[in-house]
Amino acid sequence: MKYTTIIGLEVHIEPNTKSKMFCGCPQNHFGAKPNSQTCPICLGLPGALPIANKEAINKVIKLGLALGSTISAKSKFYRKHYFYPDLAKSFQTSQKDNPLCVGGSLLGKAINHIHLEEDAGKLIHQNNISLVDFNRCGCALIELVTAPVFHSTSEVLAFTKELQLIARYLDISGADMEKGTMRLEANISLLLLGSEPVTGSEPVMLPDYKVELKNINSFRFLEKAIEAEIKRQELELSQGRKIKQETRGYDENTKLTFSQRSKEDSQDYRYFPEPDIPPIEIQESRIQELESSLPELPQQKREGFEKQYNLSKEYIEILVSDLTRANYFEKACKLNKNYKLIADLMINKKLDEKYLEPAGLVKKIIELTKTDFIPASDVEQGIREVLSENPDVITSYKNGKGQVIGFLIGQVQKKLSGKGDPKLISAKLLEALHG
Amino acid sequence: MNTPLTIKETQDGLKQKKFSAVELVDAYLAQIKKYNKEYNIFLTVTEDLAYAKAKELDKIGKFDEPLSGVTIAYKDIFLTKDIRTTAGSKILESYVPVYSATSVKKIENAGAIPIGKLNCDAFAHGSSGENSDFGATLNPWDKDYIPGGSSSGSGAVLSANMSLISTGTDTCGSIRLPANYNYLVSLKPTYGAVSRYGVIAMASSLDTVGPLARTIEDVETIFNVIKGEDGFDGTVVNKKGDESKKSKFKIGIPREFFIEGLDSEIEKNIQEVINVYKKENVEFVDVSLPSTKYGISVYYIIQPAEVSSNLGRFDGIRYGNDRDFLGEEAKRRIMLGSYVLSAGFYDSYYDKAMRVRSKIISEVDQVFMKDEVDALIAPVAPTPPFKLGEKINDPLSMYLTDVYAATANLCGIPSLALPSGFTKNNLPLGFQLMGPRFSEHQLFELGKLYHKEIDYKPKTAF
Repeated sequence: MKYTTIIGLEVHIEPNTKSKMFCGCPQNHFGAKPNSQTCPICLGLPGALPIANKEAINKVIKLGLALGSTISAKSKFYRKHYFYPDLAKSFQTSQKDNPLCVGGSLLGKAINHIHLEEDAGKLIHQNNISLVDFNRCGCALIELVTAPVFHSTSEVLAFTKELQLIARYLDISGADMEKGTMRLEANISLLLLGSEPVTGSEPVMLPDYKVELKNINSFRFLEKAIEAEIKRQELELSQGRKIKQETRGYDENTKLTFSQRSKEDSQDYRYFPEPDIPPIEIQESRIQELESSLPELPQQKREGFEKQYNLSKEYIEILVSDLTRANYFEKACKLNKNYKLIADLMINKKLDEKYLEPAGLVKKIIELTKTDFIPASDVEQGIREVLSENPDVITSYKNGKGQVIGFLIGQVQKKLSGKGDPKLISAKLLEALHG
Repeated sequence: MNTPLTIKETQDGLKQKKFSAVELVDAYLAQIKKYNKEYNIFLTVTEDLAYAKAKELDKIGKFDEPLSGVTIAYKDIFLTKDIRTTAGSKILESYVPVYSATSVKKIENAGAIPIGKLNCDAFAHGSSGENSDFGATLNPWDKDYIPGGSSSGSGAVLSANMSLISTGTDTCGSIRLPANYNYLVSLKPTYGAVSRYGVIAMASSLDTVGPLARTIEDVETIFNVIKGEDGFDGTVVNKKGDESKKSKFKIGIPREFFIEGLDSEIEKNIQEVINVYKKENVEFVDVSLPSTKYGISVYYIIQPAEVSSNLGRFDGIRYGNDRDFLGEEAKRRIMLGSYVLSAGFYDSYYDKAMRVRSKIISEVDQVFMKDEVDALIAPVAPTPPFKLGEKINDPLSMYLTDVYAATANLCGIPSLALPSGFTKNNLPLGFQLMGPRFSEHQLFELGKLYHKEIDYKPKTAF
């Protein structure tokens, strides 16, 4: 039997705001000493109240605008209740109805919504005891939920990579999987072929189960984990077994996914609107202001590079996939019109690493293209010597083998240790041969 | 010494050196030592802190801040840095906060002397004070009676003359009821007028923080100290209400509030209040708020829902004691609240209650707008203080104590409760005036008009 894969994604992005979602503690917790970045609010102490972070809201709106979402005029926060030792208040302040961004798409894949929430702390298990680090507790977190519209690992990979790039271009997050500032969850199920949907659209009927694949922390893992899970499901289904609704992880050693938690009974989060945060009203003027502040996005940059600099698709992709390099390239191109050479030197020689400023690279290019050649008399002397040493080549030339000219130029240049002006050598050589 | 009963008397006495701040603290502590064991009013007495502050004030000798030299006792639900804060619950028996509530900071920055933390129904769940895990507080006017809750200690502390002022929280009458049952003035402010930061939450969309004192002037002074944005409570706004001098007031009498079930002495007393006002040229009109009859039902859905959420953090991992230490009422509300928020029940309970709440709000707003009334007059509770133990085994009848309180909390409007006499058994009587949001100033003016006319004098039980 043949199956169609159906995947929906939940992508979490930690925005690079100055402070956490509801308090003044630093948002960036990477490498910080455990519990050194906490306060009554993010520790959920009795009596503490949240104040919504405007910068975080603006960043989500920017992402929504970049992905063509509709920005809600009135948005609300909700309390999502569950117990876990790293969740200080026993509820996560998140969004449900009226999330900040609704709809949108990326690479033709429909986005359900994008919302803002707070992160939980981290549990550290050592020597039979569990410790809680609350540095991450209360950090702002963007959640993007797609429709179940992916049908292959490569589609998922392309989408997430592009999303990462957009987040970086918008300067809303480093979106670094290894650092945990971008995290993926994939809901995977298989549908019997024959009922398969049109690419990019939601299937008419979804399978009656989904397996949530969690804790994917690199693109490499993403690919392997999804492939492994699809294989597992194919095997189960082909042997007539029913697939359990559950959360699974990926084991790098066995290269298999493993069950983490059953989701047969869906958890009741007892959502209700967060009474401590008044509804957020987003004025049209604020949306317009944010929209006009949007930078050039990766796709626009690709098109621009193709049009303006006439680079190959491969080169464009290499440059555009790294905003710092793309900007470097653009700056360099403003200083020198030798676009292809600039790209060459950056991509093949990594000269942008050597010259931190594009001006340095451009100076180097000028040096390269304006070498001081040895005097014309020395060139003429060299030509004479080469011609006297190669009478048979001259004969060939005279017999109509024009291509030997290249060989002769090479010989002259060799004699001159490469210091001859190629144009001059060529002209003088022809002169000598015809003269 | 006879301790003064108002802020003005206190500050005049201090400025004229009739007594020192230390002598005031001596007197209040003597009173606490004499009666506290029997009446169970304080959970913590901050003697050292009170003396330190009093000495500092005496040394400076100026007393020119709004609350200079004023002794204050806080309901034990206000976080006080380095001072145990229990919320009246054994689960927080040994909890010492690392920060103070905004209102505590503001009060102390205004020169007040903190004398201690007051007993209350655990997590403010109750109308009688009997739900405190540290035992009930007795009413100083008659110790067979409850002092009203949940700010039970906040009421009793003033009628027992153990402090000059106190603070309370009002989620559904918890300030007004104890004030009413102790012959005190109190304000349940507009929701969003006073920061709740650092006050242990009961039901977040209904909780308000307010003062109890013996005169309207004192309540006004404290309100002016604690109100306003602090940057830590997103629901607070600096909004100025109508402060114009009115030549004529108009008060609405909600038909639905004067019905069967209301104690006849209270009904008679409020009629007398109305007559006093009429002499002062205040106009009265009958108004109708038909949906307010659902108020208590709505309240007992929204409130437990929010309680179940807010109490989740007391999971036994932090704060000392584990969940076995939660009292019966807290457990009851957690169960009720979890139920009404559950998938499949949310729409028919919580969501429906929220929609009825909106309906009540629009009816009340309409009365203020269309009937152009400045305030609504209402009883604070359906009966005068009741006896200890009378309702404790019947939660539903206890819940009905709050029937007149619910409207102000559900609508977020301010309510001033003030004394208006005594029952034939010498138990305090009073009434409440509710106004539009941020109309505190006009409520104070209306209250003063009445107290001036009856030549009101503050009284303590002993």
